[in-house]
Formats: sequence, structure tokens, C-alpha cells
Amino acid sequence: MTYIAKPKFHHPGLPKNELGFTHRDYEGKVSTLCAGCGHDSITGAIIEACFQLSIEPHRVAKISGIGCSSKTPDYFLGNSHGFNTVHGRMPSVLTGANLANRDLIYLGVSGDGDSASIGFGQFAHSIRRGVNMTYIVENNGVYGLTKGQFSATADRGSKSKRGVVNSDSSIDLAAIALQLGASFVARSFSGDKTQLVPLIEAAIRHRGAAFIDVISPCVAFNNHTGSTKSFDYVREHNEAVNRLDVITSRAPIQIEYKPGSVQMVEQHDGTTLALRKLDADYDVHDRLAAQGFLAKHTAKGQVVTGLLYVDPEAEDLHAHLNTVNTPLNSLGTEQLCPGSAALDKINASLR
Amino acid sequence: MPANPISSVNDFVIRFANVNGSGSASANELFARSILRMGIPVSPRNIFPSNIQGLPTWYEVRVTEAGYLGARGGVDMMVAMNPQTWDKDIASIEPGGYLFYDSTKPMPASKFREDITVLGVPLTAITNSTYTDPRQRQLFKNIIYLGALSAMLDMDAKAIEALIGEQYKGKEKLLSSNVHALHLGRDWALSNLKVPIGLRVQKADKVGDRIFVEGNSAAALGAVYGGATVCAWYPITPSSSLAEAFTNHCKRLRHDAETKKAKYAIVQGEDELASIGIVVGAGWNGARAFTTTSGPGVSLMTEFIGLSYFAEIPAVIFNVQRAGPSTGMPTRTQQCDLISCAYASHGDTKHVLLFPEDPAEGFEMAAQCFDLAERLQTMIFLMLDLDIGMNHRLCRPFKWDESKAYDRGKVMTAEMLDDGRDFGRYLDVDGDGIPFRTYPGTHPTKGSFFTRGTSRDRYARYTEEGPAYQDNMQRLLRKFETAKDMVPRPLQANAAKQTKYGVIYYGSTSPAMDEAIGMLEAHGHQLDRLRIRAFPFHSSVASFIANHDFVYVVEQNRDAQLRSMIVNENDIDPIRLVPILHYDGTPITARFIAKAIGDHQDQLKVTPLRKVVS
Repeated sequence: MTYIAKPKFHHPGLPKNELGFTHRDYEGKVSTLCAGCGHDSITGAIIEACFQLSIEPHRVAKISGIGCSSKTPDYFLGNSHGFNTVHGRMPSVLTGANLANRDLIYLGVSGDGDSASIGFGQFAHSIRRGVNMTYIVENNGVYGLTKGQFSATADRGSKSKRGVVNSDSSIDLAAIALQLGASFVARSFSGDKTQLVPLIEAAIRHRGAAFIDVISPCVAFNNHTGSTKSFDYVREHNEAVNRLDVITSRAPIQIEYKPGSVQMVEQHDGTTLALRKLDADYDVHDRLAAQGFLAKHTAKGQVVTGLLYVDPEAEDLHAHLNTVNTPLNSLGTEQLCPGSAALDKINASLR
Repeated sequence: MPANPISSVNDFVIRFANVNGSGSASANELFARSILRMGIPVSPRNIFPSNIQGLPTWYEVRVTEAGYLGARGGVDMMVAMNPQTWDKDIASIEPGGYLFYDSTKPMPASKFREDITVLGVPLTAITNSTYTDPRQRQLFKNIIYLGALSAMLDMDAKAIEALIGEQYKGKEKLLSSNVHALHLGRDWALSNLKVPIGLRVQKADKVGDRIFVEGNSAAALGAVYGGATVCAWYPITPSSSLAEAFTNHCKRLRHDAETKKAKYAIVQGEDELASIGIVVGAGWNGARAFTTTSGPGVSLMTEFIGLSYFAEIPAVIFNVQRAGPSTGMPTRTQQCDLISCAYASHGDTKHVLLFPEDPAEGFEMAAQCFDLAERLQTMIFLMLDLDIGMNHRLCRPFKWDESKAYDRGKVMTAEMLDDGRDFGRYLDVDGDGIPFRTYPGTHPTKGSFFTRGTSRDRYARYTEEGPAYQDNMQRLLRKFETAKDMVPRPLQANAAKQTKYGVIYYGSTSPAMDEAIGMLEAHGHQLDRLRIRAFPFHSSVASFIANHDFVYVVEQNRDAQLRSMIVNENDIDPIRLVPILHYDGTPITARFIAKAIGDHQDQLKVTPLRKVVS
């Protein structure tokens, strides 16, 4: 129903956040994706997370590549600038944007074709550099816009809608992100909003490269029997390691936790992540153990979800480059141009 | 002994044949600088392989009191330090020229030529009797040959000593040992050879206030002065030294005095795609950003170049051209990427190119690129080449106009939006084809838009409607028209006498062209000159061609790329543009230009039949 314009009026009693914004202020245009698409649920989760965190919508920059997932930034945060770049190149554009203005929140939205196939290199290197961003892959294992070819995250042995069996090994982006040094790694499922929303909130509040792999079934081309990215398959094989609550200083948590069942993680900006452990032995600060855990469970055909790893003390690319606190895009002639006296000295040194 | 040894003061070419990685480069550069200090212009060129150690490398110094800074061609004196290339090196010496070689081991007479003067200095023997450490032997041997050379050419030893003093300031031990080595060679030559020879260096006053600098370093400094804050790059010869120079300039000039923090961000990308992606992202977000690359990198960046054109994002590429196609000759010079840059990317695209002639113009144009990129909201190419970029060139000093602030282009601010200004990202409000843009994060409710490489209407809304698409494409053409009057104008210089012939040239061809004009005039050929400094072409290019019967277009590529662009953009009859093409990877010379144009001119002067009959 994309030809129907979204109504602008809304119920006066809609809940408001601390800034006085309602959910509607975080929405975008009407989605043009298929009805039931997992990506629309992720769009909903992003809207909810930004609303909950009381983010000023216009202080977010939404950047994507090409594909169904990369179209979604048009469907949330309508007052934010968005950039639908070229296929597989969201990470580099986001890196450049982030260097230009460190004061905005950077939300990178990509797909499995965009990040694991054509853009695998850029995915890897943006994570390596520790760009301060929330990098969400809407992972359905399939090329939707070109009608159902396998992507690089499709599991070996899984079957396409046309009955073709995938013989290539799959890429687990969360496992790779861990290996590459991402300081925040999570996996979730588009069908589990209660798990996904706090993960997005925590990722946004994280300083550094935060990566979330969200399994997001493609209702048109990859939701059949034999697919390992279908709603049914993911529900049956979901192995959640924890449940997350994000506690901001403004909204102290009211829930009482049973002693020993919760791991509290302080982030650098004052937010606390309260992790209700589902797997008693899982430690979100142990990168190596997380890698082993993922490998073991993936081999069993399970989809491990939850917050897999976090380093609350992480540093970002700006810290590595020791850049000034003022955004580079707001520096003018006076701050940037060394002037003619300095040039005279340079001239003298070249004689 | 030759019958007619070359005799010349302050006007000759000397070539050093070395093995790369042997430390000869700094000794050779010291030689060139010493002559400059004596007040005589020099034009040095590195001829080097794509290799780190072991392959042949040459360093050529043209000593030219007349100030001809182009490559001359030919060698008057060879300093033959590389046995690998001996035969070719000996063969390349002009008749009557000189050979300076290491005579420690005797060589058969067949290895020399009758028509040259041979100057043997037992360099290895002198070195080995003085030094025991192998590395020292290697390095000081270079200084020893420099000392011997200074005696042969009657150079002022004080000028060399002064330079060594500056180089090793505060490192007394190194200073004195270098000076010692210099005199070892010099004294040996003074007491054992008949020096000075026919080639001499005599003090003059022809350098003035000019500076001696590499084009890559100058362009990098231009980027600092032009306000570039984000640089993303991927190593590629011959552009890597530009990014490295930018890094060094920034370290000295761009740290906050109080906090010591960096007012710049430099990222070495994982490839050229990431580099240009970072540049486009930064440009979209309002920072001045550039990448530096060469032909193969431009090929890889092509998709993003189209995005910059169509989504109208300011970005700058410094292309230090090398010989293509494919990997081509990575360490040889050409002007071969004009078409690949001017029309880079799929669909109908056109981009602005600037053609600096030397480091001084490289500095100015590098800075100007950023104003143009933000004013025109598009990709700007600075078309350097290896000859300008990686060689020291004598040029006028850098100048900066203090009164000029950066032109950030049409940016709509929160205040303007609050004043009720109509914001359409692709709306041509001024008739110049240039719309307003907003930076991300400007205003809570106004001025946001979705940037995309797909077609859109004037308000940045996605559309595949034909009329809206065409409307946008036509506006982009209008914008390109606007650019014609913003980019550096062509420079015209007319011949002393009125002439029907003209010549068009650009970039690093400049010094060779200036010299060739004198040679052609000496043969009675009068030519008006037009140096093109940018694409799109200013209207004066078409009128220059209209005012002449024939116009030579001098280029350093095989396919006459600039000529094709002139024909294409101005609907000019190709027959009137005569291509003069030099593309063997060496820098174009005045001799080549003068001969090619001279031959063509002579052909035109066919004697009428009736004259022959009568």
C-alpha cells in the first residue's frame, strides 16, 4: 500500500519520551518492502530504540548500501539525513561521514549480500578501525531485489526456493566481527523484538564499532522448508545466551534481579547494561570464549543470539587518530589554513 | 681522445647511472642542490624502476643557466656506476661527451668509445682503503664520486660543504665524515686528472627567489592550505608520496596549539574503493576531503565518481598519472588519464579536471580544488603526473592570499531554514544549476533529505519519471556550463609575428614547450600558444582554434586524449587539430616538440608547381 501517504495526524494521547517526541517523530516514509518482511520489524525496533533513548532524530545519520535492507533507512527517522550509497560500500561512506563530524550518531544499515558478499572487505575494515557506529546487518541469506539468489551467509546445505542446494560454506558475520576486534557484537532475530530493541539501544550507546547481525527472514524468497533463515527454522534453533535491559541514568531500572543471575556492564557514557544470563557460563567480556561458543553451537545447527561480546572501555577511530573534539566539518579558514607567514618559512626551507 | 670535446658552461646534461637501493639518491640530489646554490637553475629527474633494491636507476640533472626546466634529451656526461647498464649508458653519451667511471678494475678498450673523454677514478679502491664497514663504503663512495665530480666541473666545494652542513646540523660526526669523503674524491681528481673538463659550472645569479620542490609535496601542502581535513588513500606509485607529504605537513601545521590534537584525519584505506568511499562520506557530511591515486586507482573508484556526480557530493581526487593501460609502466610518466577521468563512470557523466604545469601551480590548484568541489558540489580532479609529482622542480615560491576565506558553496543553515527558505536539494534556485545542500544534523524538522544514486526529483524524492529525470540531467549540464567560468582560464601567448598556426598544450609539457618555441622561432616557425589549465574548456579554447588554420595539440599519450575532448566538446573539425604525441614514458622534450612541429610545418610549405617549372 505504498501509494497511500502516511497520515500526519495522530492520537493526542500517544506516549512521549523525555524530549517530548512520540513514536511518530521517529518514523519515516511508508515501507515499500513485501508485507511481512523481517526488515520492517527491524525498522520498528530501530524506531523503538531511538524513542526509548530519547535521541534527537536529526542528530542521527543513516547510511546504507544497496539492496532491500539498504532501502529501509528511508522508512525510519524521517528527520535524519540518509545516504543510500553504492553496493557494499556503506562502511567506507560511514567512516568518512564519521570523520567529518564526530558529534552525530551513525547508523549503518546493510544486508548479507551487501556486507558478506560484495562488501565483505569494507565490513571487515570498518570494524578493524573501530569506527564509532551501530552496524546492523539485516541478514536473510538471499538476494531479494534480484529474486532469490543465495548470498554468502546462506548455510551450506540449505535449499533455495527453486530447490537448489547451496554447496558453499557460509560466512558468520558475528563470528568474523569478533575475530576482527569489534568491541560490541550481538545477534538477534527480527521476530524477537523484545530481544532486539535493547540490543540496538546498547549498540547506539556503545563507543566504538558495534555490530549486530539480525536474522531477518525474506518472506518472498527464503521462508520455505529447507531454508535455515526462515521464521520457523530460526525460532526452533534460537540459542539465546542472555536477555538485555539498558538502564540509562535518566531512567533507573525498577526490575529486581535475582542475585547471580545478572551481569551489570557499565558503558563509558553512564548507561548500564543489565544482562540476564540464560547460559550461566557465558561471559560477554571474553572474546575468545565467545568465538569458541559460537563455533560450537553453529556446528550443532543452532543460531546463537543475544549480546555476544562487549568491551565497555573501547576506543574509537577518533581516539586512535587523536582528532580535535570539534567536528572537522565545522573548522573554518582560520583554524585550518596555516597562513602566509608559515608559507614564507616553508619557501625559505626549499631554497 | 675525441677530436671535439663538448665545451659548455652552465648548460649541459649529466646522468648518474646507479643501482637502486645503493644510497646514491641523496648524493645525486646534493649535487643538484649545490649547483642551485651556485645560482644556476637545474632540472633533475629520477628515472627509476618499480623495485626497491638491485635494479638500474638513473638520475639526470640538466644544468641550464637559460632556465629550461623540461627534459632536454641526450647526455653530455655519464657517471656510470652500474655495470648492468654499462653498454647502453656508454652508447647514450653525445659525441664529444664525457664518461666518469670507477677505474679500480681495468676495463678492456672495447668497452669505451673513441669519441668521448674517459675519466677514470678508482672509487672502490679509495673507498676501501678508507672505510671498513660495508654500509659506510657504500654510502661514502657516493660522496667520493661527488667530490671528484666537483673538481671535474670546477664546482665550488664550499657550496657543497654548506649543504652537507645543513643536512647534518647537530650531527657533527656525520657532518665531518661526509666532508672528509667529499675531499677524498675531490683531491684525488685534482691531483690525478686534467681538470676542470669542458663542462663547467660557473657562479651565476639566475635562480632568484625560486624554490626547489617536488610536485607531490607541493600539492599536499596545497591541500593543507585549501582546508582539507579528511584524506583517505591507498598506496600506489607515483602518488604515495603525496599522501605521505600531506601527513608530514599536517604534523607540522595542523595540530591544535593547546590540546595538541589533530585538525585532520588521515586513513590508509584497504583499497581505492574504500578510500574514495571515505572521501565521499566526508564530503557529504561537510568536510573537505580528498584521495590521492593514479590511473589504476581511478579505474577502481569509478562507481563512486558517478555517485559524486549524480548525488552532487563534493570530493577531490589527486591523480598522479603514470603510463597505462593496466599496470602499464608504474614508474614512467604520461598524461594518459584525461578521458578516463573526464568521463569517469557509467551513464552520462562529466567531471572537472585541473592541469597544473609545475609544483607552484600544483600548490595553488590543489587548494582551489576544495573551493571548486564545494561550490560546484561535485568531483574535482587534480591531474598531476609522475614528472611533476616525483621530481624536484625549480618554481616560483608558494603564495597565499590572506584575505581569502574558503568558499564553502551553497549550504543552507538552520537559520535560513527557519526563515522559511524553500529547500529542495536539487532545486536550481539561482539558474546556475547549483542547488543548495544541508549538512546532516542541521535542523530538527527541516532540511533533511535522503541522498541516493537513484533518480529523484528536485526535492530529493525518489522517482523514475522521465521528465523529472531529464530535468535533473539538464540541470547537471547547466552546472557544468557554470563551471567553465570558475575553473582556471587558459593562458595565451602570441608569437612575435602574426601567424596562422597555434599550439595547445597542458600540464607537465609546459617547460619543454616554452623551450621548443624558441627553437621553432629560430627556424622561422611562428606559433601562438594556448596552455589549457582546466576542463570544461573555457570559450577561449574554441575561439583560439577558430583564429588559426591549424592548431597543434601536444600531449603525452598515444590517443590524443585532449584533442578528442576538444573535438567532442566544441564540435570542431578534427582535421584542424594536429596531434603531436609523445608517449614512451619519458618526459616530453623540447627537441621532440620542435622536430615534430617543424617537420609538419615544412611539409605544409610545398613549393608551388609553377615555381618549380620556371
